Amino acid sequence: MTTLVTKKLNRRSFFKAGATAAGGLMIGFYLPERSPLAAQTTAGAPSKLNAFVRIGADDSVTLMIHKSEMGQGTVTSLSMLLAEELECNWNKIRTEFPPVDPAYGAMMGAYGSLSIRTSWQPLRQAGAQAREMLIAAAAQKWGVDKSQCKADNGSIVNTATNAKLSYGSLADAAAKLPVPTGIQLKEPAQYHLIGTSMKRLDTASKVNGTATFGLDIKRPGMLYASLERCPVFGGKVASFDATKAKAVPGVKNVVQISNGVAVLADNTWAAMEGRKALTIQWDEGPGANTSSASLRQMFMDLTAKPGAVARTAGDADKAMSGAAKKLEAVYEAPYLSHAPMEPLNCVAHVTGDHCEIWAGTQIQSVAQQTAAGITKLPPSKIDIHTEYLGGGFGRRGGADFIGEAVEIAKAVTGTPVKLTWSREDDLQHDTYRPASYTTFAAGLDADGWPVALTGRVACPSFGGLRNGVDSTGVEGIVTMTYDIPNVHIEYHPPDAGIPVSYWRSVGFSQNCFFMESFLDEMAAATKKDPVEFRRRLLSKSPQNARYLNVLNIAADKAGWGKPLPAGHFHGVGVVNNLGSFNAQVAEVSVTQGKVKVHRVVCAVDCGQVVNRAGVTQQIESGIVYGLSAALKIGITLDHGRVQQKNFNNYDPLRIDEMPVVEVHIVDNHENPGGIGEASTPSIIPAVTNAVFAATGKRIRSLPIKPADFA
Amino acid sequence: MAAVKFTLNGKSQTVDVQAQMPLLWVLRDTLGMTGTKFGCGIAQCGACTVHINGQPVRSCVTQISTVAGKSVTTIEGLSADGLSHPVQRAWIEEDVPQCGYCQSGQIMTAAALLTKAPNPSDADIDESMHGNLCRCGTYQSIRRAVHTAARYRRASIAVAENGVTA
Repeated sequence: MTTLVTKKLNRRSFFKAGATAAGGLMIGFYLPERSPLAAQTTAGAPSKLNAFVRIGADDSVTLMIHKSEMGQGTVTSLSMLLAEELECNWNKIRTEFPPVDPAYGAMMGAYGSLSIRTSWQPLRQAGAQAREMLIAAAAQKWGVDKSQCKADNGSIVNTATNAKLSYGSLADAAAKLPVPTGIQLKEPAQYHLIGTSMKRLDTASKVNGTATFGLDIKRPGMLYASLERCPVFGGKVASFDATKAKAVPGVKNVVQISNGVAVLADNTWAAMEGRKALTIQWDEGPGANTSSASLRQMFMDLTAKPGAVARTAGDADKAMSGAAKKLEAVYEAPYLSHAPMEPLNCVAHVTGDHCEIWAGTQIQSVAQQTAAGITKLPPSKIDIHTEYLGGGFGRRGGADFIGEAVEIAKAVTGTPVKLTWSREDDLQHDTYRPASYTTFAAGLDADGWPVALTGRVACPSFGGLRNGVDSTGVEGIVTMTYDIPNVHIEYHPPDAGIPVSYWRSVGFSQNCFFMESFLDEMAAATKKDPVEFRRRLLSKSPQNARYLNVLNIAADKAGWGKPLPAGHFHGVGVVNNLGSFNAQVAEVSVTQGKVKVHRVVCAVDCGQVVNRAGVTQQIESGIVYGLSAALKIGITLDHGRVQQKNFNNYDPLRIDEMPVVEVHIVDNHENPGGIGEASTPSIIPAVTNAVFAATGKRIRSLPIKPADFA
Repeated sequence: MAAVKFTLNGKSQTVDVQAQMPLLWVLRDTLGMTGTKFGCGIAQCGACTVHINGQPVRSCVTQISTVAGKSVTTIEGLSADGLSHPVQRAWIEEDVPQCGYCQSGQIMTAAALLTKAPNPSDADIDESMHGNLCRCGTYQSIRRAVHTAARYRRASIAVAENGVTA
């Protein structure tokens, strides 16, 4: 077994190395010359062949992982992309999380299931360029033509003599060579890593407690902070009294920042205890009148009026009026919290001219910009040290928690501060998956096939409006590719005053449930089989071939239409999101007011697979995330306050509720699709449609409640 | 402040902290042993699980004063080399962790389960481990890995007892 260590890279070490740089030898695509990474190596330090590859004299290969590791497996899959072309020894790979640098993209971060999709070409290219430089260095040393040299498992081999030179012995010379261009990347038939199942590189450190998460950072002289925020969104501190808080043993300081009052202490517990002793008068603002019921009414009222057109095709009104049968339904989904296992946290150290941050962040560039805004320092003076993320799911794409830590650290300039959110803070001050209230109508022809679909979506915006529409509110509905000739979908962005943002699979997380459930209603209206119904609506257009294929695989492997154990029923859901196609069949029973999911069969087509085991892990992970939303969790509000406080009343799926999950991966060489968010949407309608099969009751709001099928 | 003496991963340990301070924060902030994780603070997620006198306990709700004279084992002390406990070996074999944050707690709970039930069924696993949340959803891998760990454990016991590989 190989023990691999991912450690942080000190930005300053780059600057030091840069002091002796001759420059120009880096081959990093998009690498600006003044980049700290565009530095030539000093003697003894590993040779930097480009922004992603460094090779040590000891033959160690250090790969820069520029996409945060939050469980989705980037440390391993990005290493596979580099190593495929680099032809290094997999057992000698080390990985590091590099500092913010333009070499890693204008918006450095891991979001939108883009890590593989945006790294697929450039990382293979970086690996190939480094390999060719090592080959050229060996050819020079031997005085032979490059064509007589080949790279093999960390060495260059002279094919005429079988002589070998290790990468470590060539790295220094290779780094001085010109960057090769026009390298032909491997054809799929030549892959030896891509498409295989590789063990994760971060496992060893995650089974013995040595993996460093943001919460594990400790700096000399650091104080621990806990922040009391207004329980109502948008509220402010009117006044506060810290006398009792300061009397709590261990409390060192109390500071006010823009959104609350922070207690600083010599340990986390003392800070939390001190915080409990604060007396704060809040100016709660208009948000104090908000409740789930008031928001629902607001959303409902909006859908009574025309909205911005999100998609229109054909003449839906005309088709609807001529339809033999008309269906109408209202679908609803609640606000949801991300609730990653590691509560949000950030260590910040602000000095006069410098700011250092240690955090698990999904988007380093946003973290840096946020800190620059608060400290008024240029981004070049803000160092971001990326740690492992104890889950992200979109939550750590925001930088609110980083901004808070920087504000506190600025108030005590010179002293490093670790801000730790409690679980209560996490659930009550999230940037939530927005709630949605959506009305649908469908017109069916005399044979029961849909001729028209109309809908109005009321869902708070966070992605920006374009022609009045936020795509994050309607994706999954407007993107549906079923053969329905007349479609008209409208959108409203309610101003609900609740912070909202990206949640694993974003708009698909609710809209796939809405769309796939309503489609099931259309099938049920004339007693058509849900799978057959979908097949027919996906068969006409060749662009739906991959969609149809995953549907067929999932149905076949699940034994759709074949006898099930007594009391068990099947439901199906399909989705095409972020470049991947996903179909799921859930096997469910409903007894004594309880829905139990026994088995889930998932077929996924994500194009070219990089780490096969990683794809399976992400599919399972996304299913559990979606099952929690289907069965268990929801955020509700009363008097402007989130009513859920901790895992006792926001209780995600647990192991005893875990179904058997089977994953079937389609093999092809299409461009890679995203996989981290692929399976979360379609598990939800697969389950609710199975509940309909079991009970005859249609689930139209989440999470599923016993009253829905009683 | 009160001096509390206990055994930590086989070694004698004395800390001088508030008597009510939870063991979790003594481990993490006072002693710098960060393998034990904070997840909820109210014994609902299991991320902070350690063993006290061999029993799995939620360190976030265990006041340090109650630990006096007892033996505490954390993830750092589960095996001498940090990787060789049957549960750790199984977790590596089955590639269980994703984000990894909950896994110290999962592993400590699984290790305690196997001392009680050397050959656990899926139902035993579900019952023992339903208090350990995983938001990455590694539950299916955990079930598989607990079975693998049980096999490794029985094999090593057989070797110890009989001097032969099982």
